[in-house]
Amino acid sequence: MRPTGQDYVEIRDLTVEFDGFVAVDRVDLTLLQGRVHFLIGPNGAGKTTLVDAVTGLAGASGLVKYGNTDLLGMKPHQIVRAGVGRTFQTATVFEQLTVLQNLDIAGGVHRRAGSMLRARRGVPAYVAEALDTIGLTDLRDRPAGVLAHGQKQWLEIGMLLVQDARVMLLDEPVAGMSAEEREETGALLHRIGSERTIVVIEHDMDFVRTFADVVTVMHAGRVLTEGTVTEIQADPKVQEVYLGRTVEGATHA
Amino acid sequence: MKRSAGIGSGSALNLAGIAALAVALLVVAPATLDGFRLGNLAKYCCYAMVAVGIGLAWGRGGMLVLGQGMFFGLGAYVMAFHLKLEAAGPGEIPDFMMLYGDGTMPVWWEPFRSGAFTLVMVVALPATVATLLGLAVFKRRIKGAYFAILSQALAVAFATLIISQIEATGGFNGLSAFTSFFGYSLYDPVNDRMLFLIAAALLVGMLLVVFQLYRSRFGELLVATRDAEERVRFLGHDPANIKLVAFVIAAVMAGIGGAMFVPIVGIVSPLDVDEVASIGLIAGVALGGRATLLGPAIGALAVGYARTSLSETFPGSWTYFQGALFVVVILLLPGGLAQLPSALSRLRPVSRRRRAVQVQSEVTA
Amino acid sequence: MDVIVSQFFTGASTGAVLLLVALGLALTFGQMGVINMAHGEFLMAGAYTAYLTQQVVPSSVSLLVALPLGFLVGGLLGLLLEMTVISRMYHRPLDTLLVTFGIGLILQQLARDVFGAQPKSVTSPGWLRGQIGILGYDYPITRLFIVAVALGCLAGMAALMKYASLGRRIRATVQNRDLAESTGISTRATDRITFFLGSGLAGIAGVALTLVTATVANLGTSYIVPAFLVVVAGGIGQIKGSVIAAFALGILGAFLTYWTSGSLATVLTFVLVVVFLQIRPQGLFTVRTRSLA
Repeated sequence: MRPTGQDYVEIRDLTVEFDGFVAVDRVDLTLLQGRVHFLIGPNGAGKTTLVDAVTGLAGASGLVKYGNTDLLGMKPHQIVRAGVGRTFQTATVFEQLTVLQNLDIAGGVHRRAGSMLRARRGVPAYVAEALDTIGLTDLRDRPAGVLAHGQKQWLEIGMLLVQDARVMLLDEPVAGMSAEEREETGALLHRIGSERTIVVIEHDMDFVRTFADVVTVMHAGRVLTEGTVTEIQADPKVQEVYLGRTVEGATHA
Repeated sequence: MKRSAGIGSGSALNLAGIAALAVALLVVAPATLDGFRLGNLAKYCCYAMVAVGIGLAWGRGGMLVLGQGMFFGLGAYVMAFHLKLEAAGPGEIPDFMMLYGDGTMPVWWEPFRSGAFTLVMVVALPATVATLLGLAVFKRRIKGAYFAILSQALAVAFATLIISQIEATGGFNGLSAFTSFFGYSLYDPVNDRMLFLIAAALLVGMLLVVFQLYRSRFGELLVATRDAEERVRFLGHDPANIKLVAFVIAAVMAGIGGAMFVPIVGIVSPLDVDEVASIGLIAGVALGGRATLLGPAIGALAVGYARTSLSETFPGSWTYFQGALFVVVILLLPGGLAQLPSALSRLRPVSRRRRAVQVQSEVTA
Repeated sequence: MDVIVSQFFTGASTGAVLLLVALGLALTFGQMGVINMAHGEFLMAGAYTAYLTQQVVPSSVSLLVALPLGFLVGGLLGLLLEMTVISRMYHRPLDTLLVTFGIGLILQQLARDVFGAQPKSVTSPGWLRGQIGILGYDYPITRLFIVAVALGCLAGMAALMKYASLGRRIRATVQNRDLAESTGISTRATDRITFFLGSGLAGIAGVALTLVTATVANLGTSYIVPAFLVVVAGGIGQIKGSVIAAFALGILGAFLTYWTSGSLATVLTFVLVVVFLQIRPQGLFTVRTRSLA
């Protein structure tokens, strides 16, 4: 387990370019531990691409530093081992394995290579803890494929917990969830947020309003502005680009 | 075929199955079968060893390995080199070299005089080649169909190489006329029995290895890699390494199968290692159920038996049978015969439901 | 210099044969992603068509009659295969490989049972006998004819894909199936036609092959793997890549054969392809999409 302290992720001058199209344009971002940091912006603003760049899925230039580690240039699985985890827009869990197996398989980062040849014996403490935190203890022996969409998202977050991801980048975790599930997710984020650095990409403005500590607004690959929910809601630039246009359609079921 | 069979509660059943097979092969067969049939069964056991590895790499790992003939061949030819030297006698060179070559033996043949060196090479050579190949292919993310075609091409290349180096490998005619196996005369029927027991024991051993692998965390990770490779990357593992381990183990199993094949059958030629032979090794795995524990082995034994019987009666019928096997099994029963019980139980209710839906849509259309 | 020219021409003609075989595959595998291991047997069917045609038509014209016939035979076989088997397995590409391999085995054995295991020879027409001198090398006219057929098929296919509405439908279906469906394109019918065309090209290739090889049941087996390698090395979905790859492999093979030996050249060619794919796993050319392989 990594010692807690003033963990933070520093992103400086991050640029991602595809064949001349600049998806992320010299973005500066500081992500502090203990804060739930929301990343919002219209479609095509570059939010997911930014996360892709940080997690090694997209080539980028600039600086992404976590502690003493420079993440740019590392391979995705190495970045995971450095403590940075992410979820995807469509929850990707291993459908054929049970909830418990999914969590256990995520714990591989803790284990030495030799123990891979042995079968699982009992439930490791960190797995039981994660199971409890995400609230799926009752469903531990069900195949992940039968879970509801919301429960799959929580399982994904649970896997990040087991992986000991100190930095979590969540891509639209509540898309498609019911209001109740959204409440649960927000509560979950707060439960785990104090010790970790959490970044959430979201479109649901109610969810943002209720659970965000800091909000960064992106537009056309650049950071438009940053601040608390009240601050950015009052910002005319943001209203023009995003909030003003979508406040009617923002509350989707 | 996405089946994670054998994890958890199926373990006891699988162990019982391995035990049953062990008893059948090591106790029942030698007592009931005559020398000729036992020799055939020994040959099928060699194919079954390759099949177990294919089950690991393809069934659990998702890598369609169409070139296992190459690893089979590496193990076989290494053993053949040693047995030819044993037959020639100390300091002498094998007969075929005087026939095809200029009477001198290539320098690199010399170490194979040593039995210990040969045994090490049976494992080390396929393992090394598989490691190099695997690193080259998996790290570049070559997978799926491209990997299958590449593995097939390599089997072709390997067979062609063997054919071209006739002074060192016997070329198209292969290597035969062995006299003894590590000191045991190959003309003595008692030793044939011993060879069978060794092959059967190795097969059971491999099944136990694979049993533990499937139960282990590595086994779970392998299945996860098969079903969602990119997701595994985000668990902090490089899927290339996971696939590499499975691929190398499969190669070693094929090599050992090949090595035992040589004294049992008495001849090895490029026809045993080319792309046609390689795909033939897949047939048994598909029939038995590629992702199950015992399916590949039993399927390979069955296919081996079918091949011998059919080739004896109607020579062309084996080809028809093999072709039909691929078509019917893969098309209708991709999980192999192991899938049959569940497929049959689902057959009736589904068709009734489907018919009901059909009728409804016809009415409302 | 003389050696270089002669090896170059030998290689070019081998490359043309390879291209002819691989063109159909570039359609079914490169465009549709279907791995049809029975493609070699469609080749064989074309060759036997040429043989049968010569039984009823005089040898001076049998080749010209056999070419369209071979196209039909190959195409119909392919269509039959697509309708009965392939259409059920689009979501299982690796399984398609194995199933079509099985069908190839059955077709081979059928050919053996019907025509016998002995190779059959097809006499080339009189007007293709002899040689033409090009750059000091005597080039057999039969091989020049094969090059012509290969280039003709290539031109036909390129024109189809670029100008005909069918070509546009094929490209649309390949690039975005759902979108193509919603614009009214029947993707099922397009699949069938594409497979028909690709297999028909194999039939033509088989007819052309009778000029330089004997007709035998396992004719296809020696061409199928190199043909797949050509399509993979050229870049999936890119016909021009297959053209370059086919000639490159042919010419490379010719030079290697000259320096080493026939068998060793095959081995080295394969090794070089593997090395090439190491450097450039997507092949020579790629279709630019943002989707993952």
